[in-house]
Amino acid sequence: MRREIPLIITTVTGLVFAISYFIPHMPFGNSENIFGEWISIVQAFAIWLGVLNLVKVSIDKILSKKGDAYYSYIVIISLGIMLIVGFWDGLSGLYADPPYPVIDDSTSFYWIFKNIYTPLTSTMFAMLAFFVASASYRAFRARNFQATLLLIAGFFVMGGRVPLFDLMISGITDVPVFSHFADWIMTYPNTAGQRAIMIGIALGIMSSSLRIILGIERSHIGGKS
Amino acid sequence: MFRVILTLLTSIKNPGKIKTILFSILLILITIPNLNGQENEVESSNIATSKIVASILSAPTDVSAKDTDNDKGQSITINWTLSADDKDGGAVSGYKIYRAVEGSNEFVEVGNESEGTTKSTDNKTTDGVSYIYRVDSYQILLDSVGNKSFVTSASVASSPVKSSAQWFNFNRGYCLIFVLFVSGAIIYYIRKASAGGEIYVRKLGGIDAVDEAVGRATEMGKKVFFIPGIQDMNNVQTIAGIAILGRVAQKAAEYGTWLEVPVSKSLVMVTARETMKEAYTAVGRPDAFNEAQVHFLTDDQFGYAAAIDGMVVREKPATIFYMGAFFAESLILAETGNAAGAIQIAGTAMPSQLPFFVAACDYTLIGEELFAASAYLSGEPRQLGSLKGQDIGKALFLVAIIVGIIMESFGWTIGGHNLSAIFKVN
Amino acid sequence: MANTISIILLILLGLSLVYVLVRTLKGNPIGRRIVFLYVAIAAAIPLFMDLEVPLPITTDVRNLYDALEKLPDGSKVMAAFDYDPPSAPELQPMAVAFMKYAFKRDFKIIIMGLWPQGPIQANMAIDEAMQDPEIAAKNLQYGVDYVNLGFQSGNEFVIQSMGTAFKTMFPKDYRTTPYDSIPLMRNIVNFSNIDFVMNFSSGEPGTIQWVQIAVDRFGSVLGAGNTAVQAPQVYPYLRAGQMVGLLGGMSGAAEFEKITAEKGKASTFILSQMIAHAIVIILILIGNVAYFSEKRKKK
Repeated sequence: MRREIPLIITTVTGLVFAISYFIPHMPFGNSENIFGEWISIVQAFAIWLGVLNLVKVSIDKILSKKGDAYYSYIVIISLGIMLIVGFWDGLSGLYADPPYPVIDDSTSFYWIFKNIYTPLTSTMFAMLAFFVASASYRAFRARNFQATLLLIAGFFVMGGRVPLFDLMISGITDVPVFSHFADWIMTYPNTAGQRAIMIGIALGIMSSSLRIILGIERSHIGGKS
Repeated sequence: MFRVILTLLTSIKNPGKIKTILFSILLILITIPNLNGQENEVESSNIATSKIVASILSAPTDVSAKDTDNDKGQSITINWTLSADDKDGGAVSGYKIYRAVEGSNEFVEVGNESEGTTKSTDNKTTDGVSYIYRVDSYQILLDSVGNKSFVTSASVASSPVKSSAQWFNFNRGYCLIFVLFVSGAIIYYIRKASAGGEIYVRKLGGIDAVDEAVGRATEMGKKVFFIPGIQDMNNVQTIAGIAILGRVAQKAAEYGTWLEVPVSKSLVMVTARETMKEAYTAVGRPDAFNEAQVHFLTDDQFGYAAAIDGMVVREKPATIFYMGAFFAESLILAETGNAAGAIQIAGTAMPSQLPFFVAACDYTLIGEELFAASAYLSGEPRQLGSLKGQDIGKALFLVAIIVGIIMESFGWTIGGHNLSAIFKVN
Repeated sequence: MANTISIILLILLGLSLVYVLVRTLKGNPIGRRIVFLYVAIAAAIPLFMDLEVPLPITTDVRNLYDALEKLPDGSKVMAAFDYDPPSAPELQPMAVAFMKYAFKRDFKIIIMGLWPQGPIQANMAIDEAMQDPEIAAKNLQYGVDYVNLGFQSGNEFVIQSMGTAFKTMFPKDYRTTPYDSIPLMRNIVNFSNIDFVMNFSSGEPGTIQWVQIAVDRFGSVLGAGNTAVQAPQVYPYLRAGQMVGLLGGMSGAAEFEKITAEKGKASTFILSQMIAHAIVIILILIGNVAYFSEKRKKK
């Protein structure tokens, strides 16, 4: 039964979802909303599972006194601070009385959001620029015909999406030739490629979903297929 | 009104037809309030006229209401012709839509549309109740102090209408045909394969390398990392990733290699744990599985990327798998893994992240290959059969694209409609 | 002064790249940390410069602008903020320029987010837009001229449910005002009461979900601002007419600032991006020189 019940749930919800796309009448019309709400609720509660696991793993690491246990101290302390600050702001009547400012920057939560969370995550995202440069420096080589084509396209898109190349030829012509060319590459060859990949993916999703709905693919619920 | 009374009189001539009489009475009952409604319109126009300071505003005309098509009910669409004063530099500021239950004079405002609009949808109806609608054009006047006043002009009410739910969304008819065709093809080949038909599947380099990649980690005495993406279990890519994890876990269990799965979603953690437990049991080593192998980091995208980068730099795993839905963190992870000297096998159906994985990983499963990988790894005929069915769908797409290009290029139509009008799925 | 020093520094940077090229030809290529250093310097120097970059307006930005221009003043516009601080450098300038434009056109703005941090980013954008004297003079009222419904979890299912009624997903706004007590929302039930949806997105759930659900199922008119990484993926929907226009990355933001005449941060950042692109192009060329010289040596 441990396998069968999840399989039945999967099959029934999968079919109801598919049918509700075509039949707006009740009881199908509302099923997506109902399932959607359930998903929201399950996901929201599941956050606790993750947090508790994080705490457990971190405490285990601290107790085992491994070399990198100090990262776990940072995790536990940061988690504690955020919890306290969040509850404190909530209990002290945040948004209790009007008039409301556009941003309530008086709260400690907002201060942490703006001065710690934002710079930390922005730094991680900004690292992408460095990694793009190092990856292209290493891998973007004219090894064969296709790679050369890719290199040429990349060259024009990088120079054309910003006014770099057009600025270089601004003495000769005012027409943003390179910008138009980059635009063309993005609009036609890029879109064609994206569409081909997307059609393949859509069919892949259909076939995967059917395998799951029919119970042929069950490795995700811990079963042998 | 006259016609109704006439109907009533004619039916009295045939006393046997009580049904007709009753019907006529009903008709009168329906019509009288309607007339009242119209009289009321005049009254309300009078009220509006009494307010007019600057100009007389003309009302919108041809107000009609109909049940909204292809919906689940509780919705009526109202259309009208613009007021004569609604043009560039014209007086109309907008339209207010009023609704009354047929038979009552109580019009309530149910919508407010800006100038130049000829359509509104009332989504607060009760199915089966008969409503009439009125549309007022209005002009906002500002006095010298900036106080607002309104000039309005009411239209004639629409004929009564009821909202209802439909049993089929005809806009999606073509989609249904396509879904049935492709699903049919997939199911046909699944059945054919289970009956013992031969299914050929081309080689997937990345998947053939799984053995070698896990083996390498075993030889080096290092860990294998498996990153299932940053989306939750409701994303098919995550499910595909977890299915692949099951196969990788079997190999890791066989070789006795430590496979670590840091996740960013709680539900993925629970699922990955179950999958791995089963995989270890399947190869007869249930005791070798440790729950700590699957652990949660954070559901913040870049927090997750930072944590994994840290783990990769500190622990230098021999092999890293990236299987699932990835976003901007893809290259941040893959470049770090590359710098740490790991063998990297990636698979994602996020087209924008594919170039990054291709540049930084040894093998990349592109798009649909991710979904095919689990079937390929299982080697089970039924699963492989589904891939063949999927290819039939692809063939249909190719034919449709070619036909579409020809028809659009030559301007050919079917029954007076061009292709884009026919296939507009809404 | 700052401009002159910056330009001199950039010239020196260019000369040092010539040295890198020579070194590479001699079979001694640079490591990845040096590549990082180059990118850092190239991105940082222009931030101190105050140069106007001539910027052509691309079709997708113009289409979006034209679609917005066609909306009557006072239209009801939904602004969906589906991003968080990491992508704010790219998306926030778009959001600010959009808010300024929208408030000046008296659009009624309904804000929401499928990302928890989205509504805060929206508030920041509003805050910045309100600094504009023309907008400040309008004395816009929360709940009447704009409203922030806040975040709702559930990804694309939120949009799906909103197709029936916004209220099911947002019974209260982010200040806990009940939906029905917000004057702006009184006659807004679902997407059919909204004239335009603008989505700022850096991933999923984001623009693609808005296209697939709000546009395809509920007939919304959609425009979007995306990070440069994600923009190529959205092009197929743009070409299919499922979106009216797209602001792609920093250049899209800078173009939107230019076309709406709301000069902001993107107009400065684009210079930085331009120089960084130039450096990456040169580095790729040097990488290829290294590759070919190595190949020749092997022969």
